[in-house]
Amino acid sequence: MKIKFVDLGFKKATTVIALSVVALVVLLVFSMALRSMPAIRKFGWHFLFTGTWDPVKEIFGALPFIYGTVVSSALALLIAVPVSIGIAVYLAELAPSYIKQPLSFLIELLAAIPSVVYGLWGIFALAPFLRGSIQPFLSKYFGFLPIFQGEFYGVGMLTAGIILSIMIIPTISSISREVFLAVPFSQREAALALGSTRWETIRLAVLGYARPGVLGAVILGLGRALGETMAVTMVIGNRPEISASLFAPSYTMASVIANEFTEATGDLYLSALVEIGLILFFVTLTVNVIARMLIWKVAGNVKGEMRE
Amino acid sequence: MEERVKVSNLNAYFGNARALKGINIAIREKMVTAIIGPSGCGKSTFIRCINRLHEVVPDTKVSGQVLLDGKDIYLPDVDPIEIRRKVGMVFQKPNPFPALSIYDNVAAGLKLNGIKKKDYLDEIVEESLRRAALWDEVKDKINASGVSLSGGQQQRLCIARCLAVKPEVLLFDEPCASLDPISTAKIEELILELKKYYTIVIVTHNMQQAARVSDHTAFFLLGELIEFGKTQDIFTAPKDKKTEDYITGRFG
Repeated sequence: MKIKFVDLGFKKATTVIALSVVALVVLLVFSMALRSMPAIRKFGWHFLFTGTWDPVKEIFGALPFIYGTVVSSALALLIAVPVSIGIAVYLAELAPSYIKQPLSFLIELLAAIPSVVYGLWGIFALAPFLRGSIQPFLSKYFGFLPIFQGEFYGVGMLTAGIILSIMIIPTISSISREVFLAVPFSQREAALALGSTRWETIRLAVLGYARPGVLGAVILGLGRALGETMAVTMVIGNRPEISASLFAPSYTMASVIANEFTEATGDLYLSALVEIGLILFFVTLTVNVIARMLIWKVAGNVKGEMRE
Repeated sequence: MEERVKVSNLNAYFGNARALKGINIAIREKMVTAIIGPSGCGKSTFIRCINRLHEVVPDTKVSGQVLLDGKDIYLPDVDPIEIRRKVGMVFQKPNPFPALSIYDNVAAGLKLNGIKKKDYLDEIVEESLRRAALWDEVKDKINASGVSLSGGQQQRLCIARCLAVKPEVLLFDEPCASLDPISTAKIEELILELKKYYTIVIVTHNMQQAARVSDHTAFFLLGELIEFGKTQDIFTAPKDKKTEDYITGRFG
C-alpha cells in the first residue's frame, strides 16, 4: 500500500516537473508580450517595416535588424551547406574507419567552442585577413556586383556570415551524417545492381533518400544562425543600416538586444527591444519546429521499412 | 540450347566462413532456372556472385569462375559496373527510390548511362513498364512517387527499372517473399512472359513456385549444390536422397 502511494507521488511529481517547461515557455511569451506592449501600441505593424532606429527621437523600426539577421544567416547557409554535405558524405560513405571516428569527434568538438571565442578569433584573425586580402580581391574582380562594393572595414556582413557558417557546419554535417547512415542498405544495392558507380550510388540512393532529413539538418543550422548572438555582435559592425554591400557593417536582432538593453533608458526604447526579442523567439521557434518535423519524417520512413 | 552463364568451382566467403563450396552449374539461355534450398544454404549468395554484388559487402571474397557469354566476369580487367548492367537484379523487398517518381525510377539506370534524350527515355520507360505488366496501372500517374504504389506494383516497378537498362540475364532474389498471393501470381505470370527475352535465375523458398515457373531447378544445401536438372525430374524423380527429403518436406 505504501509502495503504491510512493509510486503515485513520484509520477505526479515528475509530471509537474515536465509540464513546468511548457509553463515556462508560456510565461516567457506572456511577459515579453506584456513588456513590449508600449512599442506594439505605438508602432503596430509598422515596427516590422520601418528602417529607422533612432533612440533619441524615439522612432523605432526593426527592419535593419530583421534584414541583418536574415542576410547573415542566408550567407552562412550558402557557405555551410555545401561544405557540410561534403563532410557528411565523406564521413558516412567514403572515409576509412581510422579517419571516421577522430574526424567525427573533431567536427562535433567545433560545436562545443564557446561563441565568444569564435568572436575573438573573428575580430583579431578573420576580419584583418578579409580586409587585407579577400575583400580587395572580391572588389577587384567581382566589384561590378553591388554586393562587393564599398570600403573595406573587415567587420561587417561578410565576416558575420563566414563566422556563422563555421559555427553551423558541425550541426549540419553531424546530423546529415546520421541521416545518411540511416539510409537502408537495400537502397544502395538497388543502385549498385543498376550499374552505378560509387558516386552515382551516393547520389541516387543515399542523397535522394536522405533529402528531407538533410533539409531538416540545414534548417536546424539556420535556427542556430538566426539566434547566434555573441560572435556575430563582435564581428558584424553594429550599424543599423540596410546596405546592398556585404562589406558594410550591419546589425542583427540578437546583437541589438545584447548591445543596447543596458543603455535603454525610456520605456518605449526598452519595449522596442523586447518586441525584437519576441519576433526573434517566434522566428527561431518556427524554424526549429519545421526542422524537427523533417527529420522525424526520415526517421519514420526508416522505422516503417523495418516493420515490413 | 546455349549456355549463357557457366559457373565452375565457385566459392564465396564471408570473412572466413565459406558460404558456397565449389559450385558448378550451367544456366541456359531464355530459360528459367530456380534455386531452391533451406534458409542459409547460399542461394542468395550464389546469384549475387553472378552480378558481382557479393563483393560490395565488406570482408567478402569469391574464387572460381563465372563465365558470362564465355568471358570470366572475375578477371581483373572486367569492370563490375559493366557486368551489373548486363545482369539485372530484383530483390526480396521492393526497393524503389522514394525520392523519385515512377517515371524517374524506371529511367534511373538510363540516366546513369548519360542518356538524356526525352523521346528515347519516354519510349524505353513505356516499353519497360509494359514488359513489367505495370503500364496500364500507372500510365495516368507516371509522375507520382514510386512508393505510392502497392507492394506488388512496387516490385513490378523494380522489374521495369531493371529491364530499362536492357540486361541479358535477370536475377530474382525471392521476389515474392513480401507479397500477397495475388501479387505473387502476377509476378510469376510475368516471369513466364519475360523468359521469351531474358535468361532468368530465380531464388525461391516456395517449391510450388519453382515447379510452376522454372525449366531447371538447382537444390542447394549448406553451400553445396546437391542436385541440378530439369525441374520436372527434380520434383518427380530426384536422384539424391537429400533432395527428396527436402521436396517432400521432411526438413527445411
